[in-house]
Amino acid sequence: MIAIYTLWVREVKKYFRSKSRIIGSLGQPILFLVALGFGMGPIYQKATNDSYIQFLVPGIIAMSILFLAIFSGISVIWDRQFGFLKETLVAPVPRWQIMLGRTLGGATVAVLQGIIVFAISFLAGFKLVNLASLPLAFIFMVLVALIFTALGTAIASILEDMHGFQLIMNFLVMPIFFLSGALFPLTNLPKVLKTIVMFDPLSYGVDGLRGTLGGVAQFGLATDFWVLSLVVVVLIAIGSYLFSKIQV
Amino acid sequence: MQNIIEIKNLTKKFKDITAVDDITFSVKKGEIFAFLGPNGAGKTTTIKMLTTLANPTSGAILINGFDPTKQQEEARASFGIVFQDPSLDDELTAYENLNFHGMLYGVKIKDRRERIKQLLTFVELWDRRDDLVKHFSGGMKRRLEIARGFLHHPKVLFLDEPTIGLDPQTRNHIWSYLKKMNEEEGTTVFLTTHYMEEADKVSDRIAIIDHGKIVAQGTASELKLKTNTKSLEEAFLALTGIAIREEIVKSQAMTGHARVWRR
Repeated sequence: MIAIYTLWVREVKKYFRSKSRIIGSLGQPILFLVALGFGMGPIYQKATNDSYIQFLVPGIIAMSILFLAIFSGISVIWDRQFGFLKETLVAPVPRWQIMLGRTLGGATVAVLQGIIVFAISFLAGFKLVNLASLPLAFIFMVLVALIFTALGTAIASILEDMHGFQLIMNFLVMPIFFLSGALFPLTNLPKVLKTIVMFDPLSYGVDGLRGTLGGVAQFGLATDFWVLSLVVVVLIAIGSYLFSKIQV
Repeated sequence: MQNIIEIKNLTKKFKDITAVDDITFSVKKGEIFAFLGPNGAGKTTTIKMLTTLANPTSGAILINGFDPTKQQEEARASFGIVFQDPSLDDELTAYENLNFHGMLYGVKIKDRRERIKQLLTFVELWDRRDDLVKHFSGGMKRRLEIARGFLHHPKVLFLDEPTIGLDPQTRNHIWSYLKKMNEEEGTTVFLTTHYMEEADKVSDRIAIIDHGKIVAQGTASELKLKTNTKSLEEAFLALTGIAIREEIVKSQAMTGHARVWRR
């Protein structure tokens, strides 16, 4: 088990060491908050009589977790390219422990980022309705972080170099984000879009965060929790399997 | 145990190439063994199979009495490896890289701390222990990797081209580290190299592989005697030169490609 801890510590240490990366990856969520929040705010207010900022913030938190989690998972490719991966593969440790340590480390870092974005959202005018629901919101953040770190690791295990990374970002990660209801309400959606949203794991994360941070959970918090938990288990299993099949 | 590594009829085939073709040899405990061969001879593939990074197509390997295909963890705990390309984490410090390795290999904390200090001092990097590895030169990285390779008291240390691309001073230091650890701790050293003079000077026994087959084995003196040459390099060229010609005749029948060379 110390192997899991060792890999976890490495991810966390490296996160805190790269101050420029921390600040840099806050740029996008802040931009979305400001541009969309204040830009779309008035129209949304008129249409629904609700604050768009209140609606948007859970989506933006989910977004920051999604991107950092995928990036952490996919950093296996960097390790392969720069040689460090070999060191972990040749150690007398089962591969699943290596994968789990990395996944937990990457998820920890993604959740930390989510918390920072959450803190910043107060500056944009977000109001916390129910303090008691914070631990629950935290759980949803953790689940989202685990899912996408595991997914990133699984993908990185089958990619041989960094070239596929662009493809993954544009054709997988962006759609997952934009089609998750992070930016728009799920009421009265066209049928096709509604179906896609239901198949996107992030939708349940966004919904759960929305429900616990003062809004309404369209799917219901229980559904969100169980769907996310199931996806976590499945993706960690798939990720472990693919990671164990890596050949350098 | 007399032989720390036993290889019997080891073969590795990839689609239509046989990279390692039915090789048999052994490495004695505590010796410095040089595994030589031209580029593409099958050296790296053999080392990959020895270090559990690739599975043999057929044949048997025993490392420290363990079968790397069936007893992976025990085999892995028995050896250390310094790869040809660096395998350090550039974003961690020298100390952290070693500590990470120690934790992964189950070295207990007290032993780990003492061992890291001992080894970093040994490779003369103790005063750079808190510097990020990305600020290290190639020679420093190699020295650090050697320190790391010895950290968990392995029975065998594999080194793939340990001195390639390094200046003479660093090369000299590296050989002194390897010989000292070999003498003091009895660690068997298994290395590949293109530098024949180095192999000649340090190794106890040598095996030469070419086109996936072992073409000669023995001490440097035996090989020189066998080929009637004065240096290991000449012996090597004499041995691998002959092998190449035979191979072309063989593959001519199979692929027809070699005919282009003959013209």
